[in-house]
Amino acid sequence: MTKKQKKVLYRIIISAVLLVILHFVPVEGYARFLLYLIPYAVIGYDILRKAVLGVLHGEVFDENFLMAVATVGAMALGVYQVTKGEPGEFAEGVAVMLFYQVGELFQSVAVGKSRRNISALMDIRPDYANVQDEDGNWVRTDPEDVEIGTIILVQPGEKIPIDGVVAEGNSSLNTAALTGESKPRTVHEGDTVISGCVNLNGVLKIQTSREFGESTVAKILELVENSGMKKAQTEKFITKFAKYYTPAVCCSALALAVLPPIINGLMGNACNWESWLIRALTFLVISCPCALVISIPLSFFGGIGGAGAAGILVKGSNYLEALARAEIVVFDKTGTLTEGVFKVTQCQVSSETDLTESEVLRLAAYAESFSTHPISKSLREAYGGEINRSLVSDVEEIGGHGVLASVEGKKIAAGNGKLMQRLHIPFRETDSVGTVVYVAVDGTYAGYLLISDVVKEQSQAAIASLKKAGVKKTVMLTGDSRRVAETIADQLGIDAVKSELLPGEKVSAVEELLENKSKKGQLVFVGDGINDAPVLTRADIGVAMGALGSDAAIEAADIVLMDDDPMKLVRAIRISRKTLRIVYENIVFALGIKAICLILGALGFAGMWLAIFADVGVMVLAVLNAVRCLQVKK
Amino acid sequence: MKKTYKIEVDCANCALKMEEAAKKTEGVADAVVSFMTQKMKVEFTEGADEKQVMAAVLKACKKVEDDCEIFFS
Repeated sequence: MTKKQKKVLYRIIISAVLLVILHFVPVEGYARFLLYLIPYAVIGYDILRKAVLGVLHGEVFDENFLMAVATVGAMALGVYQVTKGEPGEFAEGVAVMLFYQVGELFQSVAVGKSRRNISALMDIRPDYANVQDEDGNWVRTDPEDVEIGTIILVQPGEKIPIDGVVAEGNSSLNTAALTGESKPRTVHEGDTVISGCVNLNGVLKIQTSREFGESTVAKILELVENSGMKKAQTEKFITKFAKYYTPAVCCSALALAVLPPIINGLMGNACNWESWLIRALTFLVISCPCALVISIPLSFFGGIGGAGAAGILVKGSNYLEALARAEIVVFDKTGTLTEGVFKVTQCQVSSETDLTESEVLRLAAYAESFSTHPISKSLREAYGGEINRSLVSDVEEIGGHGVLASVEGKKIAAGNGKLMQRLHIPFRETDSVGTVVYVAVDGTYAGYLLISDVVKEQSQAAIASLKKAGVKKTVMLTGDSRRVAETIADQLGIDAVKSELLPGEKVSAVEELLENKSKKGQLVFVGDGINDAPVLTRADIGVAMGALGSDAAIEAADIVLMDDDPMKLVRAIRISRKTLRIVYENIVFALGIKAICLILGALGFAGMWLAIFADVGVMVLAVLNAVRCLQVKK
Repeated sequence: MKKTYKIEVDCANCALKMEEAAKKTEGVADAVVSFMTQKMKVEFTEGADEKQVMAAVLKACKKVEDDCEIFFS
């Protein structure tokens, strides 16, 4: 609790104790009124002051004013009862103020707590960087003061403060704070590391590649801290609603206090001023809009915080709200649904040779060992072993065809179908999708190796879950050939494919889809942030995936998934739905209870105590419900 | 020019009032107050003097909610 909150707590305790004592004090008449004024003043002086200041500044209708009028009215009614010789009822006025303050205190503590929880979830701000001074000692410096290219030391257990490249040492890093992923990442000399990761075991020396302000951690913090600035439709609605609601209620209360007695009087009945005044005051207490005004931003903030803890950064409540209405999800293929790395996925040995699969792969890898082509790299990776280049001679690269080389005295040809035709080697053409490398040994066809982009493990499940979650259409955009695209789409269960697109055509493809969707539905584009910034901006909701270290994506996207897992999108939609459900629950619940109590109050069935529940009780329940948004299933 | 300031405000409704007040201040093109993050983002009009405008914003905010604070230097 802060100092301010503690002060309110003491005032609540003092006036509550006084109220109980006064209940047993046998004093009558005006003296009783004066005695009750003490707890009233203790608990309500600031509200009364604010109400008066508000009126002086022309801010008439706010909750301080509502509370002041209601309680002063209740006290005045007590005085009126005393003038008629009855025992005045003063406890209610004090109690209303007391409970109002309890509610406010609760709200302030709950909100403060969830704010701290959220900051703790996003606790990635590094406090210092270890930099060597002139004498060679490592000293702690403010990360903001570290220049690009400086060597910093990161001990086990410390956070990496600035993005950079490992200059010395090996270690594993915990990226949980950034990605929500608990599997540690191993880094060696020469690897790029990003700030915000925690160094787990080895000592690392890192050469910084950015300033602190440009580092991943600073970008993410900025994004999170600004997320509250983009308000959701629902939030805006409540703001507008509160603007008209409070004056409307005050006018109704006034009408309730004045009109029925006058009408009664005109019709020749008893005016009953007193009972209608009580009803009007009750009305005022019930009507306080606090529950709505606080619980809705709190729900959204909780949802954003919970998503952040799961490695999903949402740039504003508006995006969290829109995501629940996702209708079309458009995926970029490479790097989003697929790994974006080329791997040997198949090795087929011809029946005309007695070589084994691994021998064919080994020979191809050797033959291609001098080439820098990405395909050769995949071959070498698939082979995995050390390549003894002295065994390779007479290398001849034929552009657009492949490679000829002598390996251990054997004549190897590795390349596409054209190479085989050129060498007049009979071979069986395959219709597998991907890049095919045919291998011939000493002029005989030995088999082929299929190299293709690997579909991510989770992609298929992610598409299926999206469908289950109510997404109507999934689309895949790619610059790749039609055959490759359609095979992958079939495999994953994607509804539509647009292939062989140039980067610029992706935007027009998305625009076409935007025109054909329903008015309320949202188009979500998911990309890996490489070359698709314009599409990210054009879509209703742009989601960048695996954006660690990619600035352009963080800037252009509305939602950033911190790692490469497409299932995270499904999770983001779930969080969004849950948050919205809680928001609507709160709106319906708070407005419903208030409406019922207002009617009961106007009809004279609800007393002050029910009014207090309708105000404070509803607010407490709404805040507790809103706090649920923070909890995200692991 | 856009700038973000740290603020201190106790209730959500008061934050809304501060936002309204800030928006109406001369030299402010737009203002957003986030109660949850306790921050105020102000977009200034062309050629406005930041310090002067912020002093006016603070004054306007104090008027609607005298418990609030805006930290600008």
